[in-house]
Amino acid sequence: MKDYFVLRVMAKLLIPFILLFGFYVQMHGDYGPGGGFQAGVIIAAALILYAIVFDVGPARRVAPMWMLVALSCIGVLLYASVGVATMMAGGQFLEYGVLAHDPAHGNHLGILIIEIGVGVAVAAAMLMIYFSFAGRR
Amino acid sequence: MLLVFVLATGIAAVWLRNLLASAMLLGIYSLLMAALWVVLDAVDVAFTEAAVGAGLTTALMLFAIWLTGRQEKPPVRKPWFPLAGALITGGLLIFGTIDMPKFGDPQAPAQVHVAPYYLENAEAQTGVPNVVTSVLASYRGFDTLGEVTVVFTAGMGVVVLLGGLRRRRRTDET
Repeated sequence: MKDYFVLRVMAKLLIPFILLFGFYVQMHGDYGPGGGFQAGVIIAAALILYAIVFDVGPARRVAPMWMLVALSCIGVLLYASVGVATMMAGGQFLEYGVLAHDPAHGNHLGILIIEIGVGVAVAAAMLMIYFSFAGRR
Repeated sequence: MLLVFVLATGIAAVWLRNLLASAMLLGIYSLLMAALWVVLDAVDVAFTEAAVGAGLTTALMLFAIWLTGRQEKPPVRKPWFPLAGALITGGLLIFGTIDMPKFGDPQAPAQVHVAPYYLENAEAQTGVPNVVTSVLASYRGFDTLGEVTVVFTAGMGVVVLLGGLRRRRRTDET
């Protein structure tokens, strides 16, 4: 679809804002609607829009498959390691209260970290699915 | 009104033989569902529905159609048996809703069990103003870990099945 001028210009214009919105949803999930799941999907959608309008090749160079596989593993492991860290700190699995002196702060911190894990894992998994589809032809 | 549109797009998506049109109708269906969630004050669900259902799933379905073919094969015989099964199941489900408490009923089991506890204590205990996030990530953190694992497994499954990694390596060698 690279030959369509309007599509190309609009996609170029929109993609940075979509990415920015994705990060906003990621970090703002504790105040407004949103969180890691939505943010991961939005960030993946920005890259997929790029791959559809321009070409799969450059998009794949930005996010090669081995990196996506590694990132999705890192996301899940980040989530689980927060659980292990709380156990190390003397709490139960995923009991974030022990992460800081004030249980409420510990909870906030824990939620932020696991949401980042969720976002990374979801974005990488969505892109993995998309690129395996797109690579068939 | 929204429900009517949801119903119409749903039926049309199943009815059409052109799969491209069906995929687009399903995207519209998801967007209408998102609007419905907003009407029901479930903004987080609406957000997810709009991003996943209307956005990403439609793109993935369009790609699946691009890989396979645009037209559905005409059915071999009339699907009376599946139709009867669907109607009976749907009828039983609607029959089941008769016993359910009214929407927004303060005495409903869902409102008197743990929901008041979450609403009263979530912000003080977690420091997170959005109750949905605190329930999802903190009180039900273990469930969410499971959900992330499901997404991760789905992604890995597609990669393994469609051979994204192996194909790349083979082309590198030759």
